[in-house]
Amino acid sequence: MQTENSIAVNEFCIKHDIKISFISSLQKTGLIEIIIIKDSWFINADQLQQLEKLIRFYYELNINLEGIETITHMLKRINSMHNEIITLKNRLRFYELNE
Amino acid sequence: MTFIDYYKILGIDKSATSKDVKSAYRKLARKYHPDLNPNDKDAKKNFQQINEANEVLSDTEKRKKYDKYGNDWQHADEFEKSKQYQNQSSNSGRQQSYSGSQSEGDFSDFFESMFGGATSAGRNRQVKYRGDDYNAELHLELIDAYKTHKQELTVNNKKIRITIPAGIENGQTIKIAGHGGLGTNGGPNGDLYIAFSIANHSKFKRLENNLYTTVDLDLYTAVLGGEITVDTLNGKVKLKVSPETQNASKVKLKGKGFPIYKNEGQFGDLHILYNILIPKDLTDKQKALFTELSKT
Repeated sequence: MQTENSIAVNEFCIKHDIKISFISSLQKTGLIEIIIIKDSWFINADQLQQLEKLIRFYYELNINLEGIETITHMLKRINSMHNEIITLKNRLRFYELNE
Repeated sequence: MTFIDYYKILGIDKSATSKDVKSAYRKLARKYHPDLNPNDKDAKKNFQQINEANEVLSDTEKRKKYDKYGNDWQHADEFEKSKQYQNQSSNSGRQQSYSGSQSEGDFSDFFESMFGGATSAGRNRQVKYRGDDYNAELHLELIDAYKTHKQELTVNNKKIRITIPAGIENGQTIKIAGHGGLGTNGGPNGDLYIAFSIANHSKFKRLENNLYTTVDLDLYTAVLGGEITVDTLNGKVKLKVSPETQNASKVKLKGKGFPIYKNEGQFGDLHILYNILIPKDLTDKQKALFTELSKT
């Protein structure tokens, strides 16, 4: 597996001043995916933004892991409902134009 | 520029301890943090206000200055001059500002006037702030959304070239990573979110990936059948009309609809509704022929 688009977890933790155990907990709860190459942990670049958001929840807003899991789930639902609203609005527009 | 009551923003009174400030801030930050309120401009505005209030009230020096000159902020400069003669520490320590979207531009004119914006103690701690996310709306015509194309945008006086994939939906938002506000102290840039508003002035109506249109058909072709040419968004196509085609009957042209977003080469269908035109201004001879027909 390539590490081109990945960042080493160690490096990430030093840069963000966070504990590796926190990343490990996020992985265990399925909130992020870790790539293991030769016993080293990496995070894919496309997950960095999500990970930074989870860090803000935990370290800045003092939300515990259970809370983060719940919030993440709710945010996914909000996002899905937001997309549904767009689809329904476009459908409504279609029928309004037909009148 | 108007006075901002930071105590009121945090819902605390003037005698609040630093612990009370922290607690009130955390409570409100959890409520209004942009990460928890996606696409909510009001929450973002509230968050900026509470961040600013916290920036001032959690910093001993700033709070002292604010309490002394808050209502009379125009004279705050005098405070600065007198402060130079005082033996004081320049860094009040560990107050925390949340990094969700804070940047220099997030402070009010009132704050900038009193504290000079980016020179705050919070920033001196070299806290990395992610830049602001920017939101923009891009107006397109339906025909523009039919083909993948590049478009140049000016965001904060900076030109950027983006690729708009074919099949984008009205109301859909795409993220251009790193093109939001600049990060502070080496923090990453924010992202640019572009919401598409797609106007439709064509004869086609769009529903997801399918297009719908009405085609007028003369009575004779409808009755006897024939061949017609119909417009699609991608040019004209020839279409066979079956004899005895009824008014309001529908045909579907597979793959002649709208491109499917990020599925290159795949298209929805074009649905055609026939509108059969009854001849007008008939001549006497035509009327006679129709009369004869009606008797058969």
